[in-house]
Amino acid sequence: MGRETWINFAIALGLLAVPLWAWVADEPFTITLATRVAILALAGVGLNLALGLGGMVSLGHALFFGIGGYAMGILAHHAQTFDPLMEAPFVIEGTKSMPVIWLTAMALSALAALAVGALSLRTTGVYFIMITLAFGQMFYYFAISWPAYGGEDGLSIYVRNGFPGLNTLDPIQFFLLCYGLLLLALFVCARITASPFGLALSTARQAPARAETLGFSPFRLRLIAFTISGAITGLAGALFADLNRFVSPAMFSWHTSGEIMVFVILGGVARLFGPVAGAALFILLEHWLGGLSEYWLIYLGALLLGVVLFAKGGLVGTLLRGRA
Amino acid sequence: MSAILLIEQVLNGLQFGVMLFLMAAGLTLVFGVMGLINLAHGSLYMVGAFAAAAVAGATGSFVLGLAAALAAAAAAGALIEVTIIRRLYARDHLDQVLATFALILIFSEGTRWIFGSFPLFLEVPAALSGPVTLPFGIEYPAYRLAIIGIGLAIAAALFWLIAKTRIGVQIRAGEADREMIAALGVDIDRLYTLVFALGAALAGLAGALVGALQSVQVGMGEPVLILAFVVIVIGGIGSIKGAFVGALLLGLTDTLGRTLLPVAFGTVLEPSMATAVGSALASMAIYILMAGVLIFRPSGLFGQS
Repeated sequence: MGRETWINFAIALGLLAVPLWAWVADEPFTITLATRVAILALAGVGLNLALGLGGMVSLGHALFFGIGGYAMGILAHHAQTFDPLMEAPFVIEGTKSMPVIWLTAMALSALAALAVGALSLRTTGVYFIMITLAFGQMFYYFAISWPAYGGEDGLSIYVRNGFPGLNTLDPIQFFLLCYGLLLLALFVCARITASPFGLALSTARQAPARAETLGFSPFRLRLIAFTISGAITGLAGALFADLNRFVSPAMFSWHTSGEIMVFVILGGVARLFGPVAGAALFILLEHWLGGLSEYWLIYLGALLLGVVLFAKGGLVGTLLRGRA
Repeated sequence: MSAILLIEQVLNGLQFGVMLFLMAAGLTLVFGVMGLINLAHGSLYMVGAFAAAAVAGATGSFVLGLAAALAAAAAAGALIEVTIIRRLYARDHLDQVLATFALILIFSEGTRWIFGSFPLFLEVPAALSGPVTLPFGIEYPAYRLAIIGIGLAIAAALFWLIAKTRIGVQIRAGEADREMIAALGVDIDRLYTLVFALGAALAGLAGALVGALQSVQVGMGEPVLILAFVVIVIGGIGSIKGAFVGALLLGLTDTLGRTLLPVAFGTVLEPSMATAVGSALASMAIYILMAGVLIFRPSGLFGQS
């Protein structure tokens, strides 16, 4: 096994061991913290597929995160009020079932990613960054000004949604569910990267002209990757909403997009476990620095600057360089 | 809706558009000349507004406040250019996005640390606080009219600076071929710092002028930053003319959309539904405009592809 594989194993085991220890030691807060890490890492894994593998610098992934969140919020809200979502031409009821919510969240965010991608991928470079940013903000303002689902105040869900055979209200069981989905997504990403599709996409990133000569359409490759990427981030959004039992327009805000991007870059762009390491580091910093000072974001900003200027390759990249 | 109300809304749209131009001009200048995407541009807008509110509050003079805004924003811009931004020109956009995102965190929390979390207020200068009577008996706030005037004057000065002056020639040459103008003996580091400080000063001025219409608070630069991005995407990145046209287009679309769309939907839907649909659509109107422009011209109205 290569060095990176060992680092990946250590990260995966670490993220499992901490909440298991907390479960034994009866510290539910730490389990919740680890659950946050797993869910935000999942959002980062989604972005990493577009950013790392596809070279698409999307600053609008909050869009998919938010759609996932609202899919959960709206479905659970209707289940809570016993008021069907739609009556004509056929009845759609709300639901409290996680698998149904996940599928809906992924389908809707994939659809949104397909539409946004089809428009945005006509452009490249800085245009792409700004257009994805603007699409994210479009949904942010839409969520704020649409009163049916809470508008600016967001939507609360009183009881966490259910998963057959599990008690999701138990922190460790909910953590394991999120952790399992994270591992699944990582596995899917590893398979995609190694597949002919992933190799073609990689070529389209590094040498678009060459990919075209080989008969691939970079636009189509990127659009497919962007859609899958959106779906994974959408799933993370649904889980995040379930963790907090609350959704609000803030999930759509460009700060969320920036944070998801920070997870990826902090951990290491295009590294399979980069987003996991990045999200873990971010949450730890938030927790520690937040306890040290009210103005902890200054320190976080300074640290990020340091990483960009001096530690290229993020956490995983630096670890690899340091040992190699 | 009466014609007078419509003209007032057009003027509001112009005022908003002119403000956006001040923001977008600096952003697009920096991108065009240095190839740098600067998310922290909105922070410079905030610095301008806070400097204006603090100085005007202490001295009672709005003009001193404006001067302070220009000076503070230009100084902050020059400072971050020399210490941080300079290292990012050769990096890819991803690094630039992350580093300037980090700068936003530092600026926002730093401002919160110095001024606290409560908004400051900047008074409209007494001489401009009343309405002006325009032809057709339209009453319009003098201050907003002054903003339109200042904005158009700055736009004209900027076009003159770029088209006619020596520094303008150097800026345009820097856009086209930076090695060549460095070889011709232009101090390119100094030129870049100057362009960055100029863009920062424009953002600071916009912040100070708008600060008297809204409250001055941490995070005020971010919504404007996103709008400025939409402006330069519509206008074409690097094009000052594009920024001008895009800003006015966007200002008018946003302002008129908010007034007209609910009324328009009111003719076909019941009132509460019309307000909801109209306002939701109005808040998205500019993004729909952007998507529309990009479908037909992927590099914006005046951009080179």
